[in-house]
Amino acid sequence: MLDKNGIAKRIAKEIKDGYYVNLGIGIPTLVANYIPEGINVVLQSENGLLGMGPFPFEGEEDADLINAGKQTITTLPGSSVFDSALSFGMIRSQKIDLTILGAMEVSENGDIANWKIPGKMVKGMGGAMDLVASAKNIIVAMQHVNKAGESKLLPKCTLPLTGVHCIKKIVTELAVLDVLPEGGFQLIERAPGVSVDYIRNATSGRLLADDNTPEMHID
Amino acid sequence: MINKVVSGAIEAIRDIEDGDTLMLGGFGLCGIPENCIAALVKKNVKNLTCISNNAGVDDFGIGLMLQQRQVKKMISSYVGENAEFERQLLSGELDVELIPQGTLATRCMAAGYGMPAIFTPAGVGTEVAEGKEVRNFNGKDYLMEYAFEADFAIVKAWKGDTAGNLIYRSTSRNFNPVMAMAGKVTIAEVEILVEAGELDPDQIHTPGVFVHRIFQGADYEKRIEQRTVRTKN
Repeated sequence: MLDKNGIAKRIAKEIKDGYYVNLGIGIPTLVANYIPEGINVVLQSENGLLGMGPFPFEGEEDADLINAGKQTITTLPGSSVFDSALSFGMIRSQKIDLTILGAMEVSENGDIANWKIPGKMVKGMGGAMDLVASAKNIIVAMQHVNKAGESKLLPKCTLPLTGVHCIKKIVTELAVLDVLPEGGFQLIERAPGVSVDYIRNATSGRLLADDNTPEMHID
Repeated sequence: MINKVVSGAIEAIRDIEDGDTLMLGGFGLCGIPENCIAALVKKNVKNLTCISNNAGVDDFGIGLMLQQRQVKKMISSYVGENAEFERQLLSGELDVELIPQGTLATRCMAAGYGMPAIFTPAGVGTEVAEGKEVRNFNGKDYLMEYAFEADFAIVKAWKGDTAGNLIYRSTSRNFNPVMAMAGKVTIAEVEILVEAGELDPDQIHTPGVFVHRIFQGADYEKRIEQRTVRTKN
């Protein structure tokens, strides 16, 4: 079973040389720490920045330079800043190669719910609806089951949707799964020490799994 | 050159009245028009509709206006940093319309570009789409979203000149340029105000034609919401 950093490490292996990538808040943010050495990747922050760098050194924070999580950050050589309309222009016109974001639920037909729980304070969708509606490749990073032990990989989402038919890949603490175009979760890899049966029990949506599904390698 | 300079925030917002619709630039607390917000709090205009990506925090930004119950309706994409906001929302004192961030930015842009509506895929198949026209282009569904109408757009830039030309700094640019283009009246506050001719025309982000009033602000706090750092080792 993977911890949050393990999930981030596994997702980082999906990032290819030359990719422009948008990372959501939470586990996706950790992916930046594990981008393979020797490849060139540019991180986009949807408030209006390409070429996001690491956090600044203490004392060098700049109130004018933040990411979409409102954290102080730095820029890397070759970076650019722009307004928020232009930022979503490059998202809508699919200039961003990969979007990685968290989710509360994903359905077997690729729907995602990650912004609203009825009865609880709603903070808003931020840029998530724009990202999932336009991105050409989306990977969801999330826990396989919620705190109550219920599967988050469902036949149909129960929470209000963020987007429909858009998720292609999910990485959880238990597994890597593809969402098939015709519907259903295809098990691709198991986390170290996790059995196919364990994953099957934790997945409430339709799971297609080969008993010989390989274990993932994350280091 | 037409001179757009006013004496300060109080003069700049002099004709904002109860019930007006305002656009306020900024993302979180980054690039917000601090001086104009302080003047609006002092003037205590009420029943405002505010179009702004966020709603400030309890004791800063639009949060200061919420404390005085000046805001009737917020149109935002994310409002999670403000306990007083939550209280007013749950008690029904405050009306909130949450819309996707890109839709928010592009509805501002459309207004500034003189276009009545846009088509965006954001929100298709979700509750955001309820009651909206859906059009299919090349096999994909899009929602029709209208350009915003705002009585005033209030923006913050880094540098400006007496002709109203604006230059923003780093990610404090965010919503400011598109809102600057979208107001019936646009008010810009800047950290540094110079004479027309001192800014390089090639470097200007917002041409002065969009700006009706400009002034050099004072005492900028420029608060940081999430101070994240690494240590040298």
